[in-house]
Amino acid sequence: MSAGRDAVERALARAKRAGAHSADASLVETDAIEARVRGAEIDFVKRSRERVLGIRAFVAAPNGLRTALTSTSDLAPDTIDRMADETVALARATAPDAAAGLPADGFAVDAPDLGLFAEGDRSIAVEARIEDARRAEAAARELDPRIANSEGSSVDSTFHRVVYGNTAGFLGDYEAASHSLFCEPLAQADGAMQRDWWMTAARRLDALEDAAAVGRRAAERAVRRLGARRVATCEVPVVFEPMVARSLLGHLAGCIQGGAVYRESSFLAGRIGESIASELVTVIDDGRLPGGLGSRPFDGEGQPTRRNLVLDRGRLRSYLLDSYSARKLGMSGTGSAARGAGGAPGPAPTNLWLEPGRIPPEEILRRTERGLLVTELIGMGFNPVTGDYSRGAAGLWIEDGRIAFPVEEITIAGHLGEMLAAIDLVGSDLLWVGATAAPTLRVARMTVAGS
Amino acid sequence: MSQSESKPAAGPVAFFRERFGLDDRSLERALGSALERKVDAADLFFEYTTQDQVALEEGIVKSGDRHVEQGVGVRVQAGERQGYAHSDEISFESLALAAATARSISERSASAETVAVRAGSGPARDLYPVATSPTDVPVERKVRLLEEIDAYARARDPRVKQVMASVVAQHRQVLVAASDGTRVGDARPLVRLNVQVIAADAAGQRREIAFQGMGGRYELERLFDPAAWKPLVDETVRIALLNLEAVPCPAGTLDVVLGPGWPGILLHEAIGHGLEGDFNRKKTSAFADRLGQRVAAPGVTVVDDGTLPGRRGSLNVDDEGTPSQRTVLIEDGVLVGYLQDRLNARLMGMRPTGNGRRESYAHLPMPRMTNTFMLAGEEDPEAIVRSVASGIYAVSFGGGQVDITSGKFVFSANEAYRIEDGRIGAPLKGATLIGNGPDVLTRVSRIGSDLALDDGVGTCGKDGQSVPVGVGLPTLRIDGLTVGGTEA
Repeated sequence: MSAGRDAVERALARAKRAGAHSADASLVETDAIEARVRGAEIDFVKRSRERVLGIRAFVAAPNGLRTALTSTSDLAPDTIDRMADETVALARATAPDAAAGLPADGFAVDAPDLGLFAEGDRSIAVEARIEDARRAEAAARELDPRIANSEGSSVDSTFHRVVYGNTAGFLGDYEAASHSLFCEPLAQADGAMQRDWWMTAARRLDALEDAAAVGRRAAERAVRRLGARRVATCEVPVVFEPMVARSLLGHLAGCIQGGAVYRESSFLAGRIGESIASELVTVIDDGRLPGGLGSRPFDGEGQPTRRNLVLDRGRLRSYLLDSYSARKLGMSGTGSAARGAGGAPGPAPTNLWLEPGRIPPEEILRRTERGLLVTELIGMGFNPVTGDYSRGAAGLWIEDGRIAFPVEEITIAGHLGEMLAAIDLVGSDLLWVGATAAPTLRVARMTVAGS
Repeated sequence: MSQSESKPAAGPVAFFRERFGLDDRSLERALGSALERKVDAADLFFEYTTQDQVALEEGIVKSGDRHVEQGVGVRVQAGERQGYAHSDEISFESLALAAATARSISERSASAETVAVRAGSGPARDLYPVATSPTDVPVERKVRLLEEIDAYARARDPRVKQVMASVVAQHRQVLVAASDGTRVGDARPLVRLNVQVIAADAAGQRREIAFQGMGGRYELERLFDPAAWKPLVDETVRIALLNLEAVPCPAGTLDVVLGPGWPGILLHEAIGHGLEGDFNRKKTSAFADRLGQRVAAPGVTVVDDGTLPGRRGSLNVDDEGTPSQRTVLIEDGVLVGYLQDRLNARLMGMRPTGNGRRESYAHLPMPRMTNTFMLAGEEDPEAIVRSVASGIYAVSFGGGQVDITSGKFVFSANEAYRIEDGRIGAPLKGATLIGNGPDVLTRVSRIGSDLALDDGVGTCGKDGQSVPVGVGLPTLRIDGLTVGGTEA
């Protein structure tokens, strides 16, 4: 870690000497193992080691600061010096921006234990993770004779070390890990094939869902798609399973992040305080959720992460802001600056979830006389500027409150704002498989396009 | 800004030799170490990439970025297995360590092999020679271009409220050395200009966005020419304003006419991915075991061509050192070819087709597309539109996606019009089109004479890896495609 701190401090000192008004730097070191098994055979085993240093420099001008950013994976001292010099030189070529700069104050002072890794997991051998993948593959194939092939089961264990410092005096670091297992079997019958998948992901190995359970769940999902057909174009209630309901939160996040708001490239710009969703919808972003895959003690600008109430019973309470978008909007930052290895900070969610209701998912189906249960969405058919929504879908048709048959080659369409407002049932089954989580949701009415 | 990195004197092979001491002997030693146990093949992939980006919004260039990425990946293959290790340090020590990790996947007994790399082997051609590396062009010129674009776009129409534009330049040098003696370098320039316009109507009630871009493997200088960027900006402004008038799109099965060029994304999603060798070797593709069968209407010929000079998807050699080529995938409606990398070609008893690509040294190669397009037919494009009684005419698209197993694919229109009685009518709000890959091309009823390739903005994602690609299409009529609008 101290070598990382040295590199960051060297970059900052050099940027100042080269004429920077202020600067910040982040160093991300990543060690990862990854493997995929198909059937009983290993497909690949991969081992990675990467370090990326990102330097951002601000140069003073009469009416603001000029900004530039560089990154390198070569951490030799003379390379760091040269990159710091180049960052300052590059900044001189950009325009002064009155809103540019580091956060003025409020840097993180605490170092909470967020459960971002387990010490014992460091010694995990790739063979043990390969065994997880084998168990998932075997369980998937044992579940049903129609599962005879797969895209494989993948595992990965990644360890990050993050160091961030700036010329305002902040220097912090933390370590984090993530582990995952992803299983994607194929079901075959009557000359047709269907695939589906299930996965588990966590900061600690002991928090992963059992590998065989992941395999069985994936296989059940693939098998139930066999015999899928189209339905006639109609307007019906649409139920989103938790795994796909998460995508609605992802679209929402894109519309409430500060960049889209100050550029007015979001249909939710300027709507703080307004009711934009059903009263059943409460959405929270919390960067300090213990063990959360989006948790971190401080954000990409050294600001403490925190809990942000985004939607309170349908009312828009908070955007997600980094220091730049906060200044542009005349608001306070929300500790939401995300910063990839070597990249510029930008506002993004941490752990984002929709609060579960009290209705079990089976009850939601029972209350749906005729409609669609969406189990997969494909394509990029969402426009954050207008809110217009149209995506390819596959799922299960609901008749008389029960699953009737699988459907495919259909689309669902509407408007995200109208969809959020039309959520009339919220399930009790909040599902965490990443940094975004949702329960089963029902949208009262959408257009389903088919034959 | 100052350009402090050393310029390659004689191409990438010399660059890696001079900068990192990678002569033939050290490559042979590293490959020999990777082959210490009985394996089928081993290769080394070295990369040194510089990328910069200058971006404008709200009328000013707010930031400049520059990223340098270097590293080496070592791969060992034994049967269907691959071992891979990579490091951002290019040194003999890190190579030896990576080689040891990579070969640990082989459980078979030791049997040392020696390797002799073929000195002097290199691409026989250069599809993208540039006098000046795009990352060597002074940043001030890029800043000026973006400022000119901003002023020009805003002057086009008072309804233009926001202009976002960026210039991205990349210079990637790679060196591949493999146990079959391959030793080849490639220097790959890549440039791109992106323009986004947000327009609002006079009442401030509606806002719409449009994106356009252009680029390829050519001199950055080409983007500075007003004759190149002005039409691009005109087009972006036109689509943003048009979308202000767009009406809800119909939902259901309709006859669809696709315009030329970028709508070729249909081929990429519906056909291309399903013909990649890995999915067919594993028989997870809806196209597995269908070579020789009819998968498209007569007259439909689809090719993947990595040899087009200056195109975004083109390569002198792929990321395994195989020269790129023109591969016919569908000939007059019949499936005749797959896209192969070395591993899948070997396992399927086929020849590599120069489609082994990877995002960077940190990734394993996979079969990927280059520039994928349909050859022109003979029909007048306007007559094709006139032939439709009730349908939609879609000329520009956003992204797409495919489920290669079920064959279902989608792509989302962002400029489309209603066709009624053969006449182009109201512009439609964006909608997703969904179809079934193995049969969508059997419903092609008319093929236009106007084949066009896209403007050089495509990026394909597969298994978490992104690579630049191209697509192309003549005007095409497809009978009966599901259109995902809201008007049931």
